[in-house]
Amino acid sequence: MQAPEIYARLEKQFAGRVGDFKGDVLEPYLSVDASNIVDVCRFLRDGADLNFQVLSDQTAIDWPKEEKIQLVYHLYSYVQHHQIVLKVDLSRDNPRINTVEGLWKVANWFEREIFDLFGVVFDGHTDLRRILLPEDWVGHPLRKDYIEQEEYDGISTQRAPLVEKLLR
Amino acid sequence: MKPLINSLPETVFTTKVDDLLNWGRASSQWYMLFGLACCAIELMQTGGPRADLDRFGAVPRATPRQSDLMIVAGTLTYKMAKRTKLLYDQMPDPKYVISMGSCANCGGLFQLAYSVCKGVDKIVPVDVYVPGCPPRPEALTEGLLRIQDKMMREKWLVRSKPRDEAALEA
Repeated sequence: MQAPEIYARLEKQFAGRVGDFKGDVLEPYLSVDASNIVDVCRFLRDGADLNFQVLSDQTAIDWPKEEKIQLVYHLYSYVQHHQIVLKVDLSRDNPRINTVEGLWKVANWFEREIFDLFGVVFDGHTDLRRILLPEDWVGHPLRKDYIEQEEYDGISTQRAPLVEKLLR
Repeated sequence: MKPLINSLPETVFTTKVDDLLNWGRASSQWYMLFGLACCAIELMQTGGPRADLDRFGAVPRATPRQSDLMIVAGTLTYKMAKRTKLLYDQMPDPKYVISMGSCANCGGLFQLAYSVCKGVDKIVPVDVYVPGCPPRPEALTEGLLRIQDKMMREKWLVRSKPRDEAALEA
C-alpha cells in the first residue's frame, strides 16, 4: 500500500484528527496530534491490510525557534512491505505524551533514550529512567540550549587550551 | 645451550638486589584486558602473534587483582570513568598506567562531546602516553618498553629519601 492510501485510511478513521500529509518526499510523513498518538498507532498496527508490526525507529528533534520538540515514529510492515512516518509536535517547556510501549515492546528503550537526551516524559511508561547517561546526570544533552556542567561527579569537564582553540 | 653445559660449574653471578627485583618485575608485566573502543583492536593485535607482547613477559589478565599494568585503550566516557577509577584502585601496588591513543590522552576526536572524559589523567595517574588514532602495535610495544625502562630505574632498597618507617609499621 502506498503512503497516500495509508493516509486516506487514517483520514477516514480519524476524520480531522490527522493532518499535514506530505507524500512527495523519500519517506512520506503525516502529523498526528499528541492526544491521538496511541489510537492512531493501534489502528496502524491492527487495521486490516495495514499490519505495521514494527516500530523501526522512534526519535526526537529539537526546534528551539518554533518552541517545539518533534517526535518522529518510523513504522514498517514486513507483511505489506510499506512504511509511514508519524510526526508529533510537543511543547518545549513541558513535553509529555502517552507511551506506545503497550503496542510495540521496543518503544520501551526508544522512549527511555528520548527521555534521557531530550527530557520528554512518557506517561504510562513502565520504567522511565536514563538509558545511556549516568543516573545522576544534570540536563538533557541533545537539547539545543544544553549547557555542559563545570564538572561531573568530581571530574572536571574542562580542558581549556584545546577546547578554546577548536571552538575559536 | 650446548656451549654452556659444563662450562660454568657452580657459577655465582653478582648483581644489585634492586636490579634483580626490577628485572623480574619488568619482565612480567601482566596487563589488564581493558579495551574501550577501536584502540582495543590494536591492543589485541599487539597481543597477537606478529607484535607478540608475550615475549616481554606481558600477558593479559582478566582481573585487576592480578594486574600490574593498565592499558586504557579507547574513548573514556564519564560513566566509564568512575568504573575505571574503581578498577585502578583494585590493582595491587606497584601499578602502572599506559594511556593509549588520542581519546585516552585528551578526549581526542570526541573531546567536545558532552559525555566524553577529557583524558584518563583526570581520573588516574598516567605513566606513558602513546599517541595515535589508534596507535600501531609497534607504538604500543614502545610504550611497554618505556614502562620497562621506568621500572628498571626504580630503587627499592636504596632510596634518596628515607622511607617513612612509621607508615610502614602502621
